[in-house]
Amino acid sequence: MRPPAEYYQRDRDRHPPALAPDYKTSVSRSPRFAPISLEQSVSEVTGPVFGHQDVGLLDHDLIRNYAQTGDPVGERIIVHGRVLDENARPVPQTLVEIWQANAGGRYRHKKDTYLAPIDPNFGGCGRTITDESGSFFFRTVKPGAYPWRNRVNDWRPAHIHFSVFGASFSQRLITQLYFEGDPLIPRCPIVQSLPDADAVDALTAKLDMNATIPLDTIAYRFDIVLRGRRSTLFENRLEGN
Amino acid sequence: MARELRETPSQTAGPYVHIGLAPGAAGFDIYDQELGWDIAGPNAKGMRMRVEGRVMDGTGSPVKDVLLEVWQANADGQYAHPEGGAVEDGFRGWGRVITDFETGAWAFNTIKPGSVAGRNGTVQAPHLNLWIVARGINLGLHTRMYFSDEAAANAADPVINLIEWESRRQTLIARCAEEDGQVIYRFDIHLQGPDETIFFDI
Repeated sequence: MRPPAEYYQRDRDRHPPALAPDYKTSVSRSPRFAPISLEQSVSEVTGPVFGHQDVGLLDHDLIRNYAQTGDPVGERIIVHGRVLDENARPVPQTLVEIWQANAGGRYRHKKDTYLAPIDPNFGGCGRTITDESGSFFFRTVKPGAYPWRNRVNDWRPAHIHFSVFGASFSQRLITQLYFEGDPLIPRCPIVQSLPDADAVDALTAKLDMNATIPLDTIAYRFDIVLRGRRSTLFENRLEGN
Repeated sequence: MARELRETPSQTAGPYVHIGLAPGAAGFDIYDQELGWDIAGPNAKGMRMRVEGRVMDGTGSPVKDVLLEVWQANADGQYAHPEGGAVEDGFRGWGRVITDFETGAWAFNTIKPGSVAGRNGTVQAPHLNLWIVARGINLGLHTRMYFSDEAAANAADPVINLIEWESRRQTLIARCAEEDGQVIYRFDIHLQGPDETIFFDI
């Protein structure tokens, strides 16, 4: 049997730099030294394994998973897509977690003091496990835009935070989904930390009328790509002997 | 096999990462089962330990909204993964922790891992793999935590030895202490500044 292959070197040009001065918090939280590049060992090519026993039946349904007296307020949406790797192969059985503000732009978090009200029927987080084709879907309400303390008049575009694992710790990724057509996208310093327009486009979910449920829920499509593995020919050995 | 697609770009986890990834720890009761609070499980072999510390920013202030994830081998140096070896029932080796919102202090309980196979027949000293996200961190930071009481193994460790600046190697070593019979390792992480922690591009 061939030994397990390494993951492709992370494409750092695809990601925001650690220091993005217009996103002010990054100034004191960005390392100044270059990271040390590591050839992967078993510590890097392994990672936590998840399964359906880790998630509950309603965890992926943010319209229902915290409802107390009825549905949450807001535009009903489906967010769906696939988790693939750089080789365009599906990443099955992996944990996808999301969190977001409610339709008014308020998080259910004690540090969020924005004046938009908490929605008693909306928690704002969900999770699911991808199927064999790497597919996932969530049902939720579209989050609202909200102001944040950066420059005086900065507003976050509507967004949903995504956390994805893949099959190894080296694939670990957190990102944000934005919505096609949102005029706040080009004004946001966090979005603008991305290196180019193609990277912004990759984080912009597209309206998907084919997945919409008529008279019920509108749909957006968002595919996620994690690092892929090299082929194993003539590799150095990751492990001994 | 070819590299056909580009990786999805990262964005900061932001200040409210807790409600997404550790809602129970943040005082928000939504899931029946919170993931990542029990790293080693009840049957784990090896020495129980507590790891505690803070993450400091470039001004020397604690980062109070950080989330850390841990990935570690068991006491035999095996990972709970199809390519990682065989582990005892209930050992996952993965966990996550958030800080006290007032002080920035974090802590988790686990077992001390064993030495792990390295590349090309080398041996890696016992270590925890850590991943750090927070508001202001645009791409999650990978680092490792080694143990002060493993001086000989650390001296031979192929990763520590990659670090050209010997003075910076100590940023990866947790200090061992004992309190009330419990083994505690203290590990502060500095995002920036004279004691900046070594981070890895893995």
